[in-house]
Amino acid sequence: MILDSLSWCLFLLGALFIISGSLGLLRFPDFYTRLHAAGVTDTLGVELMLLAMIFQSDNWITIVKLLLIALFMLLTSPVSTHAIAHAAWVGKLKPMLGPDLRRDGDAETHEEDA
Amino acid sequence: MLRFLTKIAGRHVVLALSMFGLWLLLSGYFTYPSLLTFGIISVLLTTWLAQRAGMLDREGVPTRVFPGIFAYMLWLTVEIGKSNLIVTMHALSPKLKLSPTMVTVPAYQASDLGKVIFANSITLTPSTVSVDLHENNILIHALTAEMADVAGMIAMGERVCAFDGPEGRDWVRQRKAERRAEADRAAAERQAGL
Repeated sequence: MILDSLSWCLFLLGALFIISGSLGLLRFPDFYTRLHAAGVTDTLGVELMLLAMIFQSDNWITIVKLLLIALFMLLTSPVSTHAIAHAAWVGKLKPMLGPDLRRDGDAETHEEDA
Repeated sequence: MLRFLTKIAGRHVVLALSMFGLWLLLSGYFTYPSLLTFGIISVLLTTWLAQRAGMLDREGVPTRVFPGIFAYMLWLTVEIGKSNLIVTMHALSPKLKLSPTMVTVPAYQASDLGKVIFANSITLTPSTVSVDLHENNILIHALTAEMADVAGMIAMGERVCAFDGPEGRDWVRQRKAERRAEADRAAAERQAGL
């Protein structure tokens, strides 16, 4: 009973983080800042969901498998995030910088690539 | 004797044992002798193949980061939680107050693996993403100017150095001594000034 309610709290919390991550993905202004919002979904959101599933499961083999999934999420998600960010950087996509979100060198051009 | 054994076959033994442990945990067959035998045979075959492919070096079987990496992962989990909360606040706040910043942070880690762990830790905390690695400098994109905390990231890098082999440990000790000496000097100067 206690475990059940704890796990449901974690499910709801994870869902909250995933939703706010997606909201950030829609609201943030450019490619690089959107990456940060996506980071929330695949670290805290997914890990809380997996933790909640661990509290729901009743035999330890399932628990071990869920723990392994959590570990591999932690190992692989930064690699893919870095691959995307590095590809954008090598492709010369300029980040918006500073509090007024200005790209250097394009005062006139419109943001067709944003 | 034991030292000699770990020297010639340490990585083989570590790889075989960890793979067998993984096989046991994933399959859950503890009492079927025939299946256990096949599991052992497949583990030995894989170890032999890994050795033939030349993957049993310090990159393929990184024994040097254990056991210090476990404490680091616990610490990192807390950091990830904190920065997740900040990014969530930014995503949910009615008015966006972002000030994206690019900074470079030096990576002092002795091994390539240490650098990878450091860069991945930076990416894993959601408000900072490592964009590029040049020689020993990591280029980082941060969501806000406050999150581009170079001193904090260097401190994180020192934590990585501290479990990254004997060289890293020596380096951290040396750096701490230097910092203490500097603090002592500053304190002495302050006293002299008074």
